[in-house]
Amino acid sequence: MTDPNSPPASLSEEVEIPESISGLEPVRSVRSPIRLIYDFVPSPPVQEYLRSYKKKKILGHRSPIDGAVFVPPRGVDPRHGVLIEESVELSDTGHVGNFCITHLPIPGRDDLDTPYVSAWIHLDGANVGFLGLVSGCENDEVHIGMRVQAVWKEEEELGNTAENILYWKPTGEPAVPIEKAGNRAWDQADE
Amino acid sequence: MKKLAIARGIKQMSKSNSFRDVAVVSVASHQTKTLSEVNEVQLMADLISNCRKSAGVTQEEIGFTCSGSSDFLAGQAFSFVHTLDSVGAFPPISESHVEMDGAFALYEAWVKLQIGEVDTALVYSYGKPSAGSVIDVLATQLDPYYVSPLWPDCFSLAALQARVLLDKGLITLEKMAEISMRSQKNGFNNPNAVRSSKDVSLENLMNEPAIVDPLRASDIAEIADGGCAVILAAGDKAKSFCERPAWIKGIDHRVDSHTLGVRDLTRSPSAFLAAEKAGRNADRLDLAEIHGMTSTQELILEKEFDLSEETLVNLSGGCLASDTMMASGLIRISEVASRIISGQVDRGLAHATSGPCLQQNLVCILEGE
Repeated sequence: MTDPNSPPASLSEEVEIPESISGLEPVRSVRSPIRLIYDFVPSPPVQEYLRSYKKKKILGHRSPIDGAVFVPPRGVDPRHGVLIEESVELSDTGHVGNFCITHLPIPGRDDLDTPYVSAWIHLDGANVGFLGLVSGCENDEVHIGMRVQAVWKEEEELGNTAENILYWKPTGEPAVPIEKAGNRAWDQADE
Repeated sequence: MKKLAIARGIKQMSKSNSFRDVAVVSVASHQTKTLSEVNEVQLMADLISNCRKSAGVTQEEIGFTCSGSSDFLAGQAFSFVHTLDSVGAFPPISESHVEMDGAFALYEAWVKLQIGEVDTALVYSYGKPSAGSVIDVLATQLDPYYVSPLWPDCFSLAALQARVLLDKGLITLEKMAEISMRSQKNGFNNPNAVRSSKDVSLENLMNEPAIVDPLRASDIAEIADGGCAVILAAGDKAKSFCERPAWIKGIDHRVDSHTLGVRDLTRSPSAFLAAEKAGRNADRLDLAEIHGMTSTQELILEKEFDLSEETLVNLSGGCLASDTMMASGLIRISEVASRIISGQVDRGLAHATSGPCLQQNLVCILEGE
């Protein structure tokens, strides 16, 4: 049987360069840089979502099928493939649905000291979670079901961006029981 | 393993000549110059739900879903995964994707139906070229060592092709203008046509300056955003979804060399062969919807398909009226199918192309009962 790890015979032998080009440096690789430029325009629900951040508000989308609320809003209920038009304002409190302690730095985020905690934040009134950083406590105190609240940037620093939320801090309220923490939208679909 | 089994299955079927009857039962498409306020997910959610509604099926009743789109066009890795939000992929579905025009996704779904694994399939494709530069995106599909670094745009390559045709006396500038005029006039009745005109004159078109010599603006495709969704069904299922299904009597796709220099650009042998294998000659053709990015490519294709006077060509206006990269081919199938479903025509040829200068070609023959 052929050993898949051994190189093809043609590559295992020295290449003989014809005399006419023997003085030239052999071509070992070809670079063909590609640069393509795009104008990305967020869809209206995403625009509305980003603009509302400036007013320290988080928007979700309510499904016309069963009322499940999705955050961030994408304009469709991905379970049923139907368009959503109803926006709902959500509170900036919720619980940790799941989390991960990361020991590797993110390129370009020098402000983020390792290890840090990223978590699925399940806002009160939403049926799915979205990603956020958890801070304001020891990393080993973070647990599924822990109640959290957004820590916003200073008023004058607010922009049309999700970066307005610096991180999520524990509120100290009693935790959500683990069997009730996490995604609710798919449970609803089963009912 | 699975691919081998598929190939064997098809060989056996063609030996016994017992292809399953498969038909297009429902179509929906939309094209416009720029979808500025709508993203691909919202566009397709609308089209797919309309398409399912008119066939009276839910996603759970669909056995296989296949799509065609391009990450280079969207400027996003795995962009098709986002668009699955528009399908409603819960409970989980059987799904596949091709980085090709939706017509080739339809071919994959047709094979799946032939094997008998499923009885229904949803096929869709879409493109939003307004977000970037489609001619640059198309340059990246060329030979990466010798051609792509020169960034030749698709219309310049088509212009080289047009120049050979003109110099060999195979076409005239007037004949090209006639094709453009046909497209603009036919497009007038197509709500998806971006460029159309009821009373465009041959003289006006002839007087247009060339923009990629010898091609005038009216000779080249009108780039548009859009998408298309199609539902396929086999046998009695097809009849239950649709009063007059558009039966796929033959479908085939062939490729020519990727190297432009070794090809005779005045011909498209792969288009000819695909049409032969799909059974173009079995009966008269009422309609042909052909996919060419220029008037000259439409002329080459008309010759390869040997279309007679009685065949109406591109009643939709074709790509000179509205061209959506990744969807234009599937839209050709949908245009023929919808006219068969409505009873307007009985038998038609739909063609899709991919690659530079008509390199890859798919032909689908559709027929009503």
